[in-house]
Order: sequence, then structure tokens, then C-alpha cells
Amino acid sequence: MNTIKSAIDFSLARNSAGQLQFTSGDGLIYEDVNPVRAFPISAPDEGISLISKEGHELAWIPDLAALPAAIKALISAVLAQREFMPVILRIIQVSSFATPSTWDVETDKGNTQLTLKAEDQIWRLKNNRLLITDKNGVNFTINSIEQLDRHSRKLLDRFL
Amino acid sequence: MLNVVNSATVNSKILPPNPSSKLPNVWQSNVWQSTVQAHLDDAEEPQAWLEINLDEQLHFTEHLLLITNRRLVYFGSDGTISGGRNTLLREYIYRSGLKLRQHDHAGIYSLELFDGESRLDHWRYTLTSDTSSTRFIKQFEQQCASYVSGKPVPMEATEPCPKCRYPLTAEQDECPQCSSETDTPPSTWTLFRLWRFAKPYQWQLLAGFLLMLASTAATLVPPYLTIPLMDKVLIPYQNGVPIDTGLVTLLLGGLLGSALLAWGLGWSKTYILALVSERIGADLRTITYDHLLKLSLEYFGGKRTGDLMARIGSESDRICVFLSLHLLDFATDVLMIIMTAAILVSINPELALVTLLPLPFIAWMIHIVRDKLRTGFEKIDRVWSEVSNVLADTIPGIRVVKAFAQEARESTRFREANQHNLAVNDRINKIWSLFSPSVTLLTEIGLLLVWAFGIWQISKNEISVGILTAFLAYISRFYTRLDSMSRIVSVTQKAASGAKRIFDILDHVSSVPEPSNPVHLDKVSGKIEIRSAGFRYGNRTVIKNLNLTIAPGEMIGLVGHSGSGKSTLVNLMCRFYDVSTGAISLDGVNIRSLPISEYRRNIGLVLQEPFLFFGSIAENIAYGKPDATRAEIIEAARAAHAHEFILRLPHGYDSLVGERGHGLSGGERQRISIARALLIDPRILILDEATASVDTETEKEIQKALDNLVHGRTTIAIAHRLSTLHKANSLVVMDRGQIVEVGSHDELMASEGAYYRLYQAQARNVDTDLDDVVSNDAVANKQTSA
Repeated sequence: MNTIKSAIDFSLARNSAGQLQFTSGDGLIYEDVNPVRAFPISAPDEGISLISKEGHELAWIPDLAALPAAIKALISAVLAQREFMPVILRIIQVSSFATPSTWDVETDKGNTQLTLKAEDQIWRLKNNRLLITDKNGVNFTINSIEQLDRHSRKLLDRFL
Repeated sequence: MLNVVNSATVNSKILPPNPSSKLPNVWQSNVWQSTVQAHLDDAEEPQAWLEINLDEQLHFTEHLLLITNRRLVYFGSDGTISGGRNTLLREYIYRSGLKLRQHDHAGIYSLELFDGESRLDHWRYTLTSDTSSTRFIKQFEQQCASYVSGKPVPMEATEPCPKCRYPLTAEQDECPQCSSETDTPPSTWTLFRLWRFAKPYQWQLLAGFLLMLASTAATLVPPYLTIPLMDKVLIPYQNGVPIDTGLVTLLLGGLLGSALLAWGLGWSKTYILALVSERIGADLRTITYDHLLKLSLEYFGGKRTGDLMARIGSESDRICVFLSLHLLDFATDVLMIIMTAAILVSINPELALVTLLPLPFIAWMIHIVRDKLRTGFEKIDRVWSEVSNVLADTIPGIRVVKAFAQEARESTRFREANQHNLAVNDRINKIWSLFSPSVTLLTEIGLLLVWAFGIWQISKNEISVGILTAFLAYISRFYTRLDSMSRIVSVTQKAASGAKRIFDILDHVSSVPEPSNPVHLDKVSGKIEIRSAGFRYGNRTVIKNLNLTIAPGEMIGLVGHSGSGKSTLVNLMCRFYDVSTGAISLDGVNIRSLPISEYRRNIGLVLQEPFLFFGSIAENIAYGKPDATRAEIIEAARAAHAHEFILRLPHGYDSLVGERGHGLSGGERQRISIARALLIDPRILILDEATASVDTETEKEIQKALDNLVHGRTTIAIAHRLSTLHKANSLVVMDRGQIVEVGSHDELMASEGAYYRLYQAQARNVDTDLDDVVSNDAVANKQTSA
């Protein structure tokens, strides 16, 4: 296993291909480095790992906030591009209460449709959060059931 | 010096029981008391005894083998008197060279007395009181040696059980080894035991009962009001008297009022009692599940998952429905019948008598059917768990089923179980279906009787038309309730058999009991000592007289063919089972006297088949320490070489792993389970074939993870592949529940014993069974002790 460098012991840059370029403390250069969140759902900003193309960990960042602003911005930009987890704000309509069921939803990324294959594709997380995986593997979240409007809650309740 | 005493002459010497006897207290109620007393000298003291329950022809008898400070005595009947327990059959005065040997096969034990190499006597018995015979032999040896040498028997630190010499603690009056669990047959009153769960809700129950009384009384008002309605309003009107509007309003108002009252009271009563019964059901489930979790692995080994699931799930629900619905209805009905009967008698005793006449018949019928249905419903329950057992077997093993293309066979198996279910139900339905129509028929006949007798009484001017109407109104309610009351028969039976099956679990005492006087270890260094441990599984002796000492921080490799007792030894060390004889101690303290969960917190266990629970990977790693921080979890995962593959998963540590970790490879699951063991930082580590189910490449990865884990901990590793044990300080070779060799790899190779041959076989990659290797081993009896 690679020894884990402390957070400041490396530098990051974007190469011409738009990939992240990682330069380790001892001057080794890695192309196409990927930042990965260790706890994308329960603690997104805590624990980010920089993974080489070969799948080995190059650096471990315990806390994103503690990084120099430039590096932080680079990582956040890459993560934002790759991460797609729309937050459902409102459930407009569902096709049926038996699965598979197609939902018309309003998300923070706009209105869309998702197909729920089975009730067990809805996972309860802590603090009333829900993670809904649709037929195509896209993950939607509901941040808090209470914050939904009455109509959405009523529809959702039939699946919980 | 062999003395065979003629039994006929001793028969006459029976003495009455002597209260001031030197026999221990436990003898007071013993059937052997008088016999033993009659045959002992004044200076003789019984030291230990063993009940021999088979004779030479293996017929069941009651004989007794007794050790005194002078001789071994065999009591029993010589066959001339049936059931005689008063004969001294044989006795052997101690002398040097006497030896007792014991061995067992298929549940029958034999004890042989040798003088040198010649057998003097032998006895056979089944093991009713677990393992007393080992201590019996030890006691025999001590007494014999002491008698021969003249030196006193070494004193034991604690007062042992007078029968089997099992060391008793101060609080134990009864020897846990000797006093067997009594298996009482299930009583039909099992349902009353539910009171234990109902007690916390007694005030709600009382309130519910009072409401029930009131609401039942309220429902009985309307028919009573029909009397004045008929006699004072309708019949006078037919005879030309105008209707008294005020009276009619009053009466109709009364009808409405009582109906409303009955509605309100009935609602609150049903609500309160349903609430309470639901809570009783929930308590029952939780307590049963909690109790089940505390039971030893032995219990789970003997039960099937489907059956246990049915007991906790559907059986407790059935009891709950019974309490909230059926019992409630039944109680209401009984109250109604009693109240109605009282009202009817107060109006007209003669007509009341005729009305109530069919009641005893119906009660009698209910009783008859009850008897017939009782066995039937128990059978249905058993068949039902058979059905769910098929499911519980097949669904987890679906890969095997599909791989061998046995879907049709499994389908047949299910259909057969279902057919059986159907057949049993058919049989019981035959009786059951006759029941309701018969009750209805009796109801009709009862109504007919009332009509006939009522008309006759009216013709004699003994009662008014209004009274007859009231009676008819009362009894039509009354009889329809009887019909529904008859349902109580089946539901009570079902609930009672459900309760019995739940109490079966609750009554089961864990064979791994919590210590009554727990000892707490502040800091565990990890020294494990196993002293003459023995363990029986069912009627098979798995571990025999095993001695082993493991120093703190030492790594021991357990080697041996499958079935040699390695896994059992590990289970004993984890205290999943308790040793039958001997003791296992941690840092010099018997593990039986440590609180179980406190003891197990010191043990990290990595199994061949890692079990992951439904939840995220982080939760699975933190299973043994739920309050672990994320940093700790990551640290453990890193040490277990799991960090990088976890990061490759779409949700990292938040990725959900399904039941049994579907979606992860065997090696990945194993590394998660190693991280789990690492996180609790145990002093003792047990690796049970941790790398057996993965490929060589993964094994290397896991081996690296294990090396991190092993560091500085007392480790017991089981492995088939001897190469994985290169780090072990010493290797322990086991065969048939015994240790045959101990030493480092080099020592064992040098001695060219069982290990040498095993190693050679593996090096040549020849599939040699250790069994063959050990059996022709000259040093097979070499045993280790500290």
C-alpha cells in the first residue's frame, strides 16, 4: 500500500486533457487522478481520497475545508462534474402504487421522470433522508420527508 | 481380594433410614439411601457415585456404583426381585493396580474396571447426567491411591458436588452437572402464562373489563324496552286505545339513548383492549427474540431458521390477535349470556328455563369438538413450519439448486410439504365444518321451543305478548353469539399451541449461563489455558481431555483434518459452547466466571464465510463498536487492505451491502470482516480458516491484512494450507479431539511425526488425509500440558 501523504504534501493541476494531474511530494507525477468521497452520503465533505488511474490511493484528505483554496476548488469542480444525485423537491404524480412505478418529480436539477423498480430501491438513511435508486441506477435523494409538501408525502407514504 | 457378596444374605440387613447418618444431605431424598446405609461400615463414607442405568443385556435398570474411602461398591437388583434396589451385587476393595477406564459409542458409555491388564468388571450406562463419569474416575483414582498409600486425599479448594465432584461455588446448592433440566410436558393452561406479559398493563385491562361490563349491559336495554312498547302501546292500540305519544317518545328515546351509550362504551372498550393486547404481543416478541439471542449456539444448531422465524413472527401475532379479538369477543359473549340469563329469569323463570335449555347441549358439543381439534391444530402448526422450512432451505441455497438444475425437485419438495399441509387441514376441516351448522340447527330448535312454550303460556294468560317478544329478541341475540362463541374453540387451541411454542423458547435455559458472581478483568493480557477440556456434541465426544497453554501475544496454528475438533475448540474458546469437563481460563480466570459479553469483547473472530449484515460498509465494519468514528473505520479498513476497493465502489463507505454481502467478492467480504475484527482491537484473535475460500492472489492480500491484525495479539489460527501458518509461534496438530503434536514448524519437521507427513503431502501437492497420517503415527499419544 502507498504511504499516505499528509494533505499539503502534494500539488494538483489540470492537464491539457482536462484530467487532474497529481504531483507527489517527492516529485512523482500521476495523470488522470480521481477524487473519491469516502462517505458520499453520510458525510460528503469528510474524507476524500485521490485515486490513481490504477486504483491506488495517492493522497488522503481528511477534511476538504482544510485544503488550500486552489486545490479545494479543483477537487470540488471535478467532483461536481461527476456527481449526479438530484434532490427530489416534489413528487408530482406516480403512475401506480404498485411497482414498477413511474414518478414525475421536480428536482433541484429540474423536472424529470424516474422509474422505481421495487420498494426496496428506496433506502432510508439517517435523519429522515431517503435514497431512491431508479431503474437506470441514478440516485435521487429526498433530504427530509417532512420538508416535502402534503401531496408528495401522501404519494411517498404509499411506498414506504 | 475380589469379594462377591451373596445378595440373598445381604437382603435381610436393610436398616431403616437413619436421620443422623453420615450421608450427605442430597441422599435424604435418594432412593438408594437405605440400601447404601445398610451396606456401609461405620468408618466408611460415600465419596462419589454414578447411576448405572443399563444391565449387561443393555436393558434399562437402576443400579448404582459407589465410591467410598475403602472400596468400590456396585448396588442393584440381581433380577430375582423386580425393581429391587437393595442388593449389594459386587464390591472391590482398593488395591494397587485397579484402574477404571471409560469409553463411549453412540450414546452408550462403558466403564471398565481393570486389574493390570485383566478386566474385572464392566458397566454400561447412557449419559443422563452429563459428564459426571470423568470426575468419578478421578475420584476413584484418588481414593484408591489414598487407601493403598495411607495418605489422605488432597483437599479441594471449594466444596464439590458430593455426587460427581464438580466444584460448586458458594451460591450453588444444586450441582449444574447433575441436576438435569426437567422436561415438563406442555400444559393446556399455557395461555395463562401470558399473564407475565399482561401484568404491566393490569390497570388498563381492568378499565377495559369495566367498560366491557357497562357496554354489554347497555346493549341489553333495548329488548327490555320492547315489553312496555308491546304491552302498553301496540296491543292496547289494537284494542282501540289511542297511542300515548309521550310514552312512545320516552321509550324510543330510551332505545336511541341505550344504542348510543352501547356504541360509545363498546368503542372505548375495544380500543383500550386492542391497544393493550398489541403491546402484550410486542413485548412477547421482543422478549422472546432477546432470549433467543442469548441462547448458546448449541440451541441454534438444533433448530431450523424457518421454524424459529415462524415462532417469533406469526405465532406471537396469532396470540396477539387472539387476545385482542377472539378473547375479547368471547368475554363479551359470556358476560352477555350471564346478564341475559339473569334478566330472563327475573322476568319469567319458567320461560327462561326453556330458553336456556339448549345451552348445555351446545357447551357439551363444544367440549367434544375441542378435544378432537386440539391435536389437529398442533399438527397444522408443525406442517406449516415444514412448509416454511423448505423455503428457508431453498432460497438461501438457490445457487446450488440452480447449478444442479434441481428446480423441479425443490418444487416437488415444496408441493409435497404443501400437500401434507392440505391433507392435515382437510382432516381437521371435516370435523370443523360440521360444527357451525350444528350450532345453527340447535339455535333454530331453541327458538322453536321458545315460540311453542311462549304461545302456550300466553294462552294460559301467564305472560303477556310483550314478554314473549322481549324473550325472542333476547335469545335471537343470544344464540347468534353462541355461534360466534364456538369459534373460540379453534382460536384458543391455536393460540395455546402458539404460546406453547413461544414458551418453549423462553423456557430454554442457555447452556452457556451468565455467571452469578461475575469476575471483571480490568486489563486482559491474553493468556489462555485449557485444562483437561472435554466436549460432547449430542452423543459424540468431540474433544477429549485436551490441555493447552497459549502465552500472551503468541500465535498458535491449529492443524488437523476436518472433524478433528479444531473448530469445536475455537467455539469453546469463544464460549459459544461450554466445555463438558475441564476448564478454559483467560489470564488465570475461568471464562465461565466472566460476563459473557465482556469476555467476547476481547475476542476478534474471522470466519471462513464472513457474514455481512444488511447496511452500509461503514456500519458493517463498525459492527462490534457502533460508536466508532469515521477515522477509526477508515484506519481499520486500511489495515485490512480494504480501503482502496471500498473507494472504488459507487458510494464508498456508504455503499449498501445486501444480505450476506451480495455484490462483493469473497475476498472483499473477508477483508471487511477483518476490518471489523481490527476495529474492536481484541486481545485474542481467532482465525477460522480465514483464507480458505479465496484464491491464492486474494489470499496474499488477505494474508497481508491478517499480519497487521495478528501483531501483538494472542492468536489462534486454523488453516488447512500449512503455508499460511508461517508466522505461528507453535503449531498444534489435532486428531479426533486430542492434541497429537505441539511444536514449531522446524521442531515438528525434525521429529518427522504427523505434521511432517502432512507437510510433505501438501508440498507434493498430494491429497493426503491427515487421518491416514496420524493413525500410523508412533507418537500419537504425546500430549501437551503446560
